[in-house]
Amino acid sequence: MSGFLHFVKKETLHILRDRRTMLIVLLMPVVQVLLFGFAISTEVNNIEFFAVAPHRTEAVRQQIERMNANPYFSFKGYIDQKRIDRVLRSGQAAAVVVFADDYDRLVEGAAVGAIDEAAVQFVVDASNPNNAGTDLIYLQQAFLGDGSVTAGSAPAVRILYNPQMKSSYNFVPGIMGLIFILICAMMTSVSIVREKESGTMEVLLVSPVRPIWIISAKMIPYFLLSCLALATILLLAHYVLGVPMSGSMVGLVGLSLLYLVLSLALGLFISTVSHTQVVAILVSGMLLMLPVIMLSGMLFPVENMPGILRALSCVIPARWYIEAVRKLMIGGQPFVAVWQESAILLAMTVVLVVVALKKFNDKLES
Amino acid sequence: MTTPNAIEIAGLTKRYGTLTAVDHITFEVWRGELFGLIGPDGAGKTTLFRLLTTLLDPDEGRATVDGLDIVTQYREIRKRVGYMPGRFSLYPDLSVAENLEFFAALFGVKVEANYDLIAPIYRQIEPFRKRRAGKLSGGMKQKLALCCALIHRPSVLFLDEPTTGVDAVSRGEFWDMLFNLKRQGISILVSTPYMDEACRCDRIALCDNGHLLGIDTPAGIVAQFDEPLYALSGSDMYGLLLEARRADGVKECYPFGASHHLVVAEGFDAEAFERQLRQRGFKAVTVEPVQAGIEDVFMKLMQR
Repeated sequence: MSGFLHFVKKETLHILRDRRTMLIVLLMPVVQVLLFGFAISTEVNNIEFFAVAPHRTEAVRQQIERMNANPYFSFKGYIDQKRIDRVLRSGQAAAVVVFADDYDRLVEGAAVGAIDEAAVQFVVDASNPNNAGTDLIYLQQAFLGDGSVTAGSAPAVRILYNPQMKSSYNFVPGIMGLIFILICAMMTSVSIVREKESGTMEVLLVSPVRPIWIISAKMIPYFLLSCLALATILLLAHYVLGVPMSGSMVGLVGLSLLYLVLSLALGLFISTVSHTQVVAILVSGMLLMLPVIMLSGMLFPVENMPGILRALSCVIPARWYIEAVRKLMIGGQPFVAVWQESAILLAMTVVLVVVALKKFNDKLES
Repeated sequence: MTTPNAIEIAGLTKRYGTLTAVDHITFEVWRGELFGLIGPDGAGKTTLFRLLTTLLDPDEGRATVDGLDIVTQYREIRKRVGYMPGRFSLYPDLSVAENLEFFAALFGVKVEANYDLIAPIYRQIEPFRKRRAGKLSGGMKQKLALCCALIHRPSVLFLDEPTTGVDAVSRGEFWDMLFNLKRQGISILVSTPYMDEACRCDRIALCDNGHLLGIDTPAGIVAQFDEPLYALSGSDMYGLLLEARRADGVKECYPFGASHHLVVAEGFDAEAFERQLRQRGFKAVTVEPVQAGIEDVFMKLMQR
């Protein structure tokens, strides 16, 4: 046992001596969370809009005032129906709200359920479809209160869990899925392959210690480093980005630890198929990072992918992890809600560990 | 014999695809012997080391180390042998002391327990114990690597080209250390491309292209060379080489350090040959008889 602790100590020394890498590992979660949380954002703030209102009744004015007080909107003024196209084209505004001629009557009628007709119309500049979609949702939200959009032609929309559609919420699980793969899989595979490349693996193998102990000792410091990263991300997400964390925290942490083990096993597997550090980095980069970014649902919704990519995404552990974290962290669901994802991750971990150990040879491959 | 030989090899063969790196090699290393494996790069020395240290499995033949089979009892062998691979194989980012402690832990021993064995070597690098191993000189690196390979008091020591890339003084010191270890009863198999180091072994095996060319004591190997041998030198060495190869009575001529060695037929007249070369316009030509060395035997055996 004291031997094992010696191995862990040696591995820790390797990490501590490589200051630059350690700094990157420690700072990467912070930088990524802040970057994705603030700088790179698909949120729309300050939607500028004009209004078309044939009769500026009290109800219309109140509605406009209410929207103007909302930080997400800024009212630019009333315009004539004919100018809608021009203001949108010239980019003076992102949207125009058109109040119906008999707005008051329609709203009152809708309130008692007598009338089933839209009282307002939203005209939105969709040259950037992502923004347009968000604008539309914000507008609908703003009109929810007065009953004008409850009418049949404009279905009532309620956005749950993330009502402001904050994109940072969405990125946090994605970043977690990415960073742990980076630290665990890439760093461990590189550190194992480095021993092969430098010839120290030969000396390690010609010793009474079973290689699996040496490998496990190698993983422990990286596991601890990842736990530190996990804590950093969770704290930053909650206190800086304001992610609610309303679900099962025990479940979230437990699931993350499982994902860490899975990533470590992936790293071990990569180390068995690559002979140089460069290959290890390329394999982790191409085989892990890219699919995690493109296929895991971190950036692009899995549901929108063509069938073949959607099928492919099923074998990417990050996809299940990110999905589960989203449910726990943002959806505020209990742990039982993610039993399916957990089971899939657990099965993947077991398979990877078994395959990696089987492939890991205590002889030099010939 | 009650105690088995340190190493016994019978018909050992290892192939990489179509290349046969080790081709039906048979020899044994006696207990407490310093045995040298002499041969150029690509002779199959490293492959043989990897077979004997159980890193590779042979395709044919069998071998035992310390009486244990390299295929079936490889775990037991790994406890008993010390191995120093050809390239520097310590951790450059760990200090001298940290490297030593790690390798002690690897074999489940304390540095103090076997300190007496490594003390004569370790004392020389102890002043630098806090220095990173990567910052040591070539000679000191080899000494540290030897300490790490010895820390568990192995019964058989495998050293694959331990002195490659080390200066002449450190090489001499290194061989003195091996001699001391041998006296303590450790059997040593060492490989080297340097013929001058071969003389310091008890017995040597000459190998080339996966084959053994001969096994004997260094003196016995040299004695195999029974033809007259001359050293030829002058100002235009390349011209002399071509000229000598054309000359009658010269069976063979090959570069040997600062001169060329001539293997000649019976009745060769060195003075006449020298005169003849002068007449052809070569300057400062000398032809003198020399004692054959291991390298001469090697060249002769390779010709066959």
